[in-house]
Amino acid sequence: MIEVEARLAIADLFANYGAFLDADRLEDWLECFAEGCRYEIVSRENLRRGLPLALMLCENKDMLRDRVVSLREANEYSVHTDKHVIGGLRIKEPVEGGFAVEADYAMFQADAEGTGSLYSFGTYDAECELAGGAAKFRRMTVVVDNWNIPHMLSTPI
Amino acid sequence: MPQDIEWPRNDYSRVPYRLYHDPELYAREQERIFEGPTWSYLCLEAEIPEPGDYVTTWVGDTPVVANRDREGTVHAFVNRCAHRGAAVCRAARGNVRVHTCIYHRWSYDHAGNLRGVPFHRGIRGEGGMDEDFDMDRHSLRKLRAAIFEGVVFGSFSDETEPLEDYLGPMMRGHIGRLMGRPVRVLGHQRQRIEGNWKLYLENLRDTYHASLLHEFLVTFGLDRATQKGGVEMDARHRHNLTYAHAGSDRDEDARAAYGRQQVRAGALTLRDPRLLEFRREYEDDRNLAISTVFPNAAFQQLNNSLATRQVQTKGIDAFDLVWTYFGYADDDEDMTAHRLRQANLFGPGGLVSMEDAEAIEIAQRASRREAGTTVVEVGGKGEISDRAYRVNDVPVRGFWSYYAELMDIEPPGAVR
Repeated sequence: MIEVEARLAIADLFANYGAFLDADRLEDWLECFAEGCRYEIVSRENLRRGLPLALMLCENKDMLRDRVVSLREANEYSVHTDKHVIGGLRIKEPVEGGFAVEADYAMFQADAEGTGSLYSFGTYDAECELAGGAAKFRRMTVVVDNWNIPHMLSTPI
Repeated sequence: MPQDIEWPRNDYSRVPYRLYHDPELYAREQERIFEGPTWSYLCLEAEIPEPGDYVTTWVGDTPVVANRDREGTVHAFVNRCAHRGAAVCRAARGNVRVHTCIYHRWSYDHAGNLRGVPFHRGIRGEGGMDEDFDMDRHSLRKLRAAIFEGVVFGSFSDETEPLEDYLGPMMRGHIGRLMGRPVRVLGHQRQRIEGNWKLYLENLRDTYHASLLHEFLVTFGLDRATQKGGVEMDARHRHNLTYAHAGSDRDEDARAAYGRQQVRAGALTLRDPRLLEFRREYEDDRNLAISTVFPNAAFQQLNNSLATRQVQTKGIDAFDLVWTYFGYADDDEDMTAHRLRQANLFGPGGLVSMEDAEAIEIAQRASRREAGTTVVEVGGKGEISDRAYRVNDVPVRGFWSYYAELMDIEPPGAVR
């Protein structure tokens, strides 16, 4: 049985994760991850067929930092505002120093003129570690259920 | 009428915006290009290795199935029941002994021949078909299917030249280079871009944009126009290849050239440089080779990221881009991991490709009511021919020349 404090720490982590992305605070978002983390966005299509290709793959925190630096310094993409709605947190089983967890998300996107659409929905399949009362992601696999990506995939999901 | 298209110049250095927005032209493209004398990319043989394996795909707006029969032969047919028009295969892919439409259970073999009609003779002599109903005349509409180096193409037209001739020596060489060994499919990516499909075909032939729009290439020193490289086309200029050689320019020259364009060459380094590592695996030292095959495919190598791209039209102002990434069957675990890592460079979230979708969408939005033309004359006007340098968009004019020929909208004295 997971302690209440741990559950709240994991819920806070998900809440911050979505809020940092939506506020374009990507450098703060990076701090949702542990140093030895792996971040991946995968399509349900490839996952079902056992194919390893991702839509975005960062095998460690340095690659995640590189992605953020590239978005800031080198990439051009649509002017957009995101909103994550994250719910249905499931604490699955203990892993060393933390827990395997899942949550579902819907992410809406507005364009430069404020026209909105449902951009992405799916599941966060993750492992969190707990240290000093705070939780961080050791692994985050974003499984996208609408894998025909509208427009482009710039800001992480 | 489409025939009233006015090309201000016969060398396609001016392209009317109307070509991206006119629904009549779009309908004509479906008939004269996608159902015309062309070969369209369907899939890789490696996606349908076993008898009964099928994939569903699209040629233009038309739903198509490619599959393998019990003898191992690959067939393609339109995914539309000969009875009432319902899609016969509903899953994206699978394996079946027969294809059965769910609506009235008409069934077809792998070649698309009608094999079963329920209650064909009615029940107790009542109902069913008239005596003159001929099963042989109600097959699924078939495409010609042909395979080159494990790549499956389909054509609706009996007039289309044999696939190898259609590809020509240049494209056979490029596809042979990438696909000449057994491949292993690593996965797919799909992307819906809100723009006319031809904007993407142009984008793929425009070497000029690459290092300007995709700042990642230059900022991190992966690819730049100062490298030795260029463009090659087939004799009819309908296919093209853009290429560059690894390590063929000097950092100082690149900084000087890009400094004048407010692009910061080599300004940043990656914390994890494995993303940019080039492991030479062909006889030449090209680290970039991206080709397009008219009308719907691209074959890509950037460093060790290998993929095909397929364009599926979704109306005049949208298309899907389907990326199929592959490695070689004899890649070891480390090489597979390397390719999966470098897949970050391309696709909808690609560090050097996400910009293309944005460029196409803003061009589509902004040109809707424009009566004028684009400007295509980087690398010169007039003759359409290969270039041994990178700052050019000559193959864009090659695309339009073949497009205009097939559409029967060539200007007087057209350059081909």
